[in-house]
Amino acid sequence: MSDENYLLEAREICKTFSGVRVLDHAGLTVLPGEVHALMGENGAGKSTLMKIIMGIYTKDSGNVLMEGQEVDFKGPREALIAGISMIHQELSPIPEMTVAENIFLGREKKAVKGLPFMDRKAVNKSTKHLLDKYEVSDYIKPTMKMKTLNIAQVQMVEIIKAVSYDSKILIMDEPTSSLSDKESEVLFKIIANLRAQKVGIIYISHRMAEVFQISDRISVLRDGHFIGCVDTATASHQELINMMVGRELERGYPHNTAEKGDVVIELKDMCSEGVFEHVNLSVRAGEILGLAGLVGAGRSEVMQALVGYDKLDSGEIYLQGKRIEIHHPSDAIKHHIIIASEDRKELGLVFGRSIRENIALQNLSQVSAGSFLKKPLEKTLCKKYAKEMTIKMNNIEEDIGSLSGGNQQKAVLAKCLMSKPKVLIMDEPTRGIDVGAKSTIYNIMIELAKQGIAIIMISSELPELIGVADRILVMAGGKVMGELTDRAEFSQHTILSMAFGGVPNES
Amino acid sequence: MNLNLTRQEFKSILPRFALVAVVLIIVGVMSFLSPVFMTSKNMTNIFRQISINGIIAVGMTFVILLGDIDLSVGAVVGVVSVFCGNLLEQGMNWFAVCLVALGVAVIFGIFNGTLVAYFNFQPFVATLATLTIGRGVALAYSDGRPYIITNPTFKAIGQGYLGKVPIPVVILLSVCVVGFVILNYTTFGRYFFAVGGNKNAARLSGVKTKRVEMSAYIISAICACIVGLILSARISSGQPNAGEGYELDAIAAVAIGGTSMNGGVGSLGGTLLGFIMIGLLSNSMNLLNINSFYQQIVKGCLIIIAVYVDMKSKGDKK
Repeated sequence: MSDENYLLEAREICKTFSGVRVLDHAGLTVLPGEVHALMGENGAGKSTLMKIIMGIYTKDSGNVLMEGQEVDFKGPREALIAGISMIHQELSPIPEMTVAENIFLGREKKAVKGLPFMDRKAVNKSTKHLLDKYEVSDYIKPTMKMKTLNIAQVQMVEIIKAVSYDSKILIMDEPTSSLSDKESEVLFKIIANLRAQKVGIIYISHRMAEVFQISDRISVLRDGHFIGCVDTATASHQELINMMVGRELERGYPHNTAEKGDVVIELKDMCSEGVFEHVNLSVRAGEILGLAGLVGAGRSEVMQALVGYDKLDSGEIYLQGKRIEIHHPSDAIKHHIIIASEDRKELGLVFGRSIRENIALQNLSQVSAGSFLKKPLEKTLCKKYAKEMTIKMNNIEEDIGSLSGGNQQKAVLAKCLMSKPKVLIMDEPTRGIDVGAKSTIYNIMIELAKQGIAIIMISSELPELIGVADRILVMAGGKVMGELTDRAEFSQHTILSMAFGGVPNES
Repeated sequence: MNLNLTRQEFKSILPRFALVAVVLIIVGVMSFLSPVFMTSKNMTNIFRQISINGIIAVGMTFVILLGDIDLSVGAVVGVVSVFCGNLLEQGMNWFAVCLVALGVAVIFGIFNGTLVAYFNFQPFVATLATLTIGRGVALAYSDGRPYIITNPTFKAIGQGYLGKVPIPVVILLSVCVVGFVILNYTTFGRYFFAVGGNKNAARLSGVKTKRVEMSAYIISAICACIVGLILSARISSGQPNAGEGYELDAIAAVAIGGTSMNGGVGSLGGTLLGFIMIGLLSNSMNLLNINSFYQQIVKGCLIIIAVYVDMKSKGDKK
């Protein structure tokens, strides 16, 4: 393959942030009509490289070539005009606007040329056309307001918005991190469609299975270096993992060897109108209960109602056999029922405040006498938990927002552990974090189980659930569809068919 | 605080240093330009003037830390003023009058807090309504006329001295200390930063967010009440129009002090510097015979510059 055929080529890119070299002669090539997966641990420099291509960051040295011509975008707007669009990990829709208005934001069709009036009909029609084209018009309508959509739908809209620019190159940063398997399939259809139209796609993902499913080539970055590029057809999982971590990593998941004790928590007939109904479950000490289901199955909602964050219409909660009432998250914390939320930004952490304050927030009673804080004790304890969780930081007084995703997740866990949980609910504990941090988190879970903590784990990654959980409960449409108690019967096929409505062997 | 500051820490305290520096420069320049400036009489005067805005600004800091705003404080000052005037005229004991005033102010605070925390009114709208209602109450109660205050003990609140220090200044210092201790050394104070930074995360962490919001408005109203007492005592009169526009001066002091209007970030120390700076500047301009109309322009520009410097120092993270 000669150089001229590349749609996009990044060569020898270097970038230094406040003395730290994040990219060191890194590069990437994209062919027309190929899905090029970009992998690497968090902090490997993937996002930075993409932001340099998009002109969001300026590079220190190196070249970016598009169709053989050197380009140097001053910002994402220029990149967009040149034909490169990017779907970010963090979505940014305008909640009060409709789907159509969001897609055509900044390039509204005018009713009368030269006058600032939008032709709503034309915009809605074009949007409908796009939604039809990508086969999502069944559940997304052009006139829906963005705030009424769930995360997955918002993501679809963002993708459709990006492709609606007729881009030659589309960059997707962890596009499936908040999608259920079914929704991912829709996304893959869209990708196949784009590939047929000779669009080059850069696909950043931590999910090995889907990378193998959809990509043509895979490039790996590690610590800002370009490690290599392999053809997907000839590559193996182990080979890629070795490239990413640069050392042998154990395959598979650690097994929970903790001894199972008495039932710690039991939920009976939990109902919340329109969200979930008649949910029953119980977890023993030392046990890891997996909650499987598609996005929107009501798993997080049940857990958030359990800890008193969302309202509960009816239902009974028993902790170690005793009925308890939870009306506010503070009640749950008093009973040591602790949740590590899936949404770090919205529910988990207070950005703009220090790591110390974040870890201490739900544990202030431990570091105060009456109403008065014992600040030295606070600092010591928070440091202890931060260290236990191996949070990489310069100083505990740093803004929590300055940490990487994996370290933020560790901070959330540090905060939870400091609350001495009897029941620990982990909602998508490994979302958007790298392979190394993932296995740290699995090991922590098992360590906690050994201490007799009952763990409830919600995860949309089936291999992870199958690997780590002792028992799996499958939910769909707000109901428990079934329970798998025997590890031997754990299989993606069984779980998925339950998750799709409890009809196994439909095909 | 240790001296080995990281770059980030240095950046974050830079605007504070800038404020201190500006305050010192004003003091330095003024002591050259005006022979009256550094006299103890003038200094006493400055601090007495500052105390009014300062006390309200302390209360306002709590509200703004939540990302909220309280526009009703000026009206609360007016209501407190006429209640005091009338009750003192009728011969009520000065201390009882203060308690009644406090009660009335707390009712206003609860009213604001209920609208915002429990009925989800936007703070701007809720407190704008309270401002209008409050001023109306003050005017209706007094029929628009001022009361004359003769009670000497009550007047001492605004006119007396503790040693050489005017009582309003003593009160200001006490309010600052109490506010500082609450914000920095209590669990309750910590909640203000958490709720202001991320209300949902704070609630999931067990913080009773509605109570925190409610108490911010009560604290703000109590500070307004204290100012109402001081002001009435100082001018020996219960004025229905007392405190007009005070909310804006207080918000200005908080903004200059680096507290973000979005909540979550800020400090009382900053607010302290903010109102000292405003006070110093208007005193200096008075001494230099600069027309008070121009003073407004200067104050406005000051807000823009201070907030700009603050935004710059925080925006570096990107």
